Amino acid sequence: MLYVVITFLCLGILLYFLLGGADFGAGIIELFTHRRNIRRTRTTMYHAIGPIWEANHMWLIIAIVILFVGFPRIYATMSVYLHIPLLLLLIGIIARGTAFVFRHYDAVVDEMQVVYNNIFVYSSFLTPLFLGIIAGSVVSGHIDVQADNFLDAYVFSWLHWFSVAVGFFTVALCGFLAAIYLIGEAEEEQDRRRFIEKAKILNLVAVICGALVFVSAQVEGVPLVNWLFGNAVSFTAIVAATLSLLLLWVLLGRGQSKVLRFLAGFQVTMILVAIGYAHFPNFLLLRGGDHLSLFEAQAPASTINALGWALVLGSVLILPALFYLFYSFQKKPLHDYEV
Amino acid sequence: MDDLFAARSQMALSLGFHIIYACIGMVMPFFMAVSHYRYLTSHQDVYKRLTKAWSKGVAIFFATGAVSGTMLSFELGLLWPKFMEHAGPIFGMPFSLEGTAFFIEAIALGFFLYGWGRFNPWFHWFTGVVVGLSGLASGILVVSANAWMNSPAGFDYVNGQYLNIDPIKAMFNDAWFSQALHMTLAAFAATGFAVAGLHALMILRKKNVVFHAKAFKIAAIFGAVAAILQPISGDISAKDVAQRQPAKLAAMEAHFHTEKAAPLVLGGLPDEDKKEVNYAIKIPGMLSFLAHGNFEQEVTGLDQIPEENHPPVLVTHIAFQIMVGLGMFLMLVSFLYLLALWKKKNWLYSTWLLRLFVMAIPLGFIAIEAGWTVTEVGRQPWILNGIMRTKDAVTPMPGIAYSFYLFAAIYVSLSLVVAYLLYRQIKAVPTLYDVTPAPEPAHATH
Repeated sequence: MLYVVITFLCLGILLYFLLGGADFGAGIIELFTHRRNIRRTRTTMYHAIGPIWEANHMWLIIAIVILFVGFPRIYATMSVYLHIPLLLLLIGIIARGTAFVFRHYDAVVDEMQVVYNNIFVYSSFLTPLFLGIIAGSVVSGHIDVQADNFLDAYVFSWLHWFSVAVGFFTVALCGFLAAIYLIGEAEEEQDRRRFIEKAKILNLVAVICGALVFVSAQVEGVPLVNWLFGNAVSFTAIVAATLSLLLLWVLLGRGQSKVLRFLAGFQVTMILVAIGYAHFPNFLLLRGGDHLSLFEAQAPASTINALGWALVLGSVLILPALFYLFYSFQKKPLHDYEV
Repeated sequence: MDDLFAARSQMALSLGFHIIYACIGMVMPFFMAVSHYRYLTSHQDVYKRLTKAWSKGVAIFFATGAVSGTMLSFELGLLWPKFMEHAGPIFGMPFSLEGTAFFIEAIALGFFLYGWGRFNPWFHWFTGVVVGLSGLASGILVVSANAWMNSPAGFDYVNGQYLNIDPIKAMFNDAWFSQALHMTLAAFAATGFAVAGLHALMILRKKNVVFHAKAFKIAAIFGAVAAILQPISGDISAKDVAQRQPAKLAAMEAHFHTEKAAPLVLGGLPDEDKKEVNYAIKIPGMLSFLAHGNFEQEVTGLDQIPEENHPPVLVTHIAFQIMVGLGMFLMLVSFLYLLALWKKKNWLYSTWLLRLFVMAIPLGFIAIEAGWTVTEVGRQPWILNGIMRTKDAVTPMPGIAYSFYLFAAIYVSLSLVVAYLLYRQIKAVPTLYDVTPAPEPAHATH
């Protein structure tokens, strides 16, 4: 049952990165869209994510519940030492989610829209930034449970070049995912071209940020190269990610949008697999080489069993409904219907 | 502000806001489903427009409830990591099921909000019902987790170790049923009265009367039935608390001294130093009866509980008085309304009855906040009743006060925006949801 729970944990994190990430990315794209085109972008985006965005963000809740029920020490340690970035992440989540809904359910369209839009785009940028910072901090080995002063314990645990680089890398990947997703949603050729353009730029930015992650890992003494190239699985995943990146560039502009989406999702999945596998089963790396492992920090067997069954039963209910939701709103564009 | 107090304040604030969003988000789908049902069976267009108008409210409150709930799942750890480290595996079961219920609710809401004309009408209606049912399930599950903090179960506490964990037993702890029943009825009563009151206000102002009258009736019936059932569930809860948490009951009643034929203390100002209650009305023997079903039975007072385990009496007592007082008032209005529906048709839409409903708009929610204060403050100094103290659970990180100020600012501004949005939705009824000029109903001016 432990493996079932771990599988759901990984799946939750992965799907949140892919689906929630693409949602954040849509806001990031809006942030970097010229005023001339912003209305059209917004419409396409709303049609693409309106019905599904709430569901996309449930994966975070699934992952966090699995952590605190199944791996309470990991959850507690993260909560204490990454308090500040978690808090900032939360503020981003609440600001973004409410602004997105408010701007569509405000009965009057007036200057309040500017407020909602601003909150939406900036929080769409900041939320994945802090998500990435947290992800970076979890593996950076900077969390110091022995620290005796505020800065070392609660600030330098997450504020260092490596995690910040991972943060920007995450932002770029989210934007890239969204751009690829929106290519298939665009209704007119000019919009399609714009999203292809955005996808190219964001992919370049992601590659540059990725390089910065490597540089910062060197600076901060994070053995990233060893993790990614030191074992066969991670190495293969990295090679696969790189190949899919090249293929994506070749197909961009002419390929089917579904193929492009698959390749983009595959690429991000492979990156997560590479880094995740390198540590598995360790989840949280601490300063001084200590770590919290999914095998050691787990809850008692009775809890893991109950949690595993709850997840299996839950997914039997959720997954068919979720697929039908995605399918229904893929089939026909939203604006043919009344909302 | 010390860190413990800041952490408690932040948690109180977050839950205090979440409880409102969550109640509305879980109850309004049922109003919506009834209206939708009437549209599908009677084909009166006004019900379709009403369903759509309400669904906007549901969307706003669901989104706010969802993000504030997401925040809470993190805040539990951010503020109380020591508690979560031990409690997570024990009381996690309802949370993992709640994750499923919540997920289904989000999916069903996607179908419902964007499904007009796209699906079979009854499938579309069904998705709306699923929103309500899964919301209700979420609420009950979360309350069951809170009940576990009042009534720990499903583990053995041996020398500071939590052994023999049984998450299912923890979920079905002694308090889960009485608390879940009380909270669910409270949600229906509070939301029913708040929604009915808003529509009553519009009827009084003679705006879109037919539209608002239909809305008023649906919400008022839900609210009235729940408010009438609520005292029964309150009685179950009180007897339960008397059994399990005598300190909480004593604080609720400001019952300082153990005695037989204990009086019920109505109102009054408890003086915690002198251990007496000033300016109160006392009904002899009534507390014994309400707590144990017998006018003579002894009721444990705070004097039998060690000083260091006393909850704050003043806050708990006053909150309890507010809750019961408002509950009684809502019950009274409910009886009047049901009587009007049944026998006195000329009372319906009479100004005085509508005004009573307008007055009641905030009362149900004030009662909910007060009741929640009773259950949380009344459990202090414990976070996990009798096992872990709140002060031992708080995060070691200093400076929580700043985080509290930040959250206060966020929640206050969020609530202002939500109120503003609702105001604009209601103002937009004539242009968006009820465009045709509605004829006045014959009895509207009685």
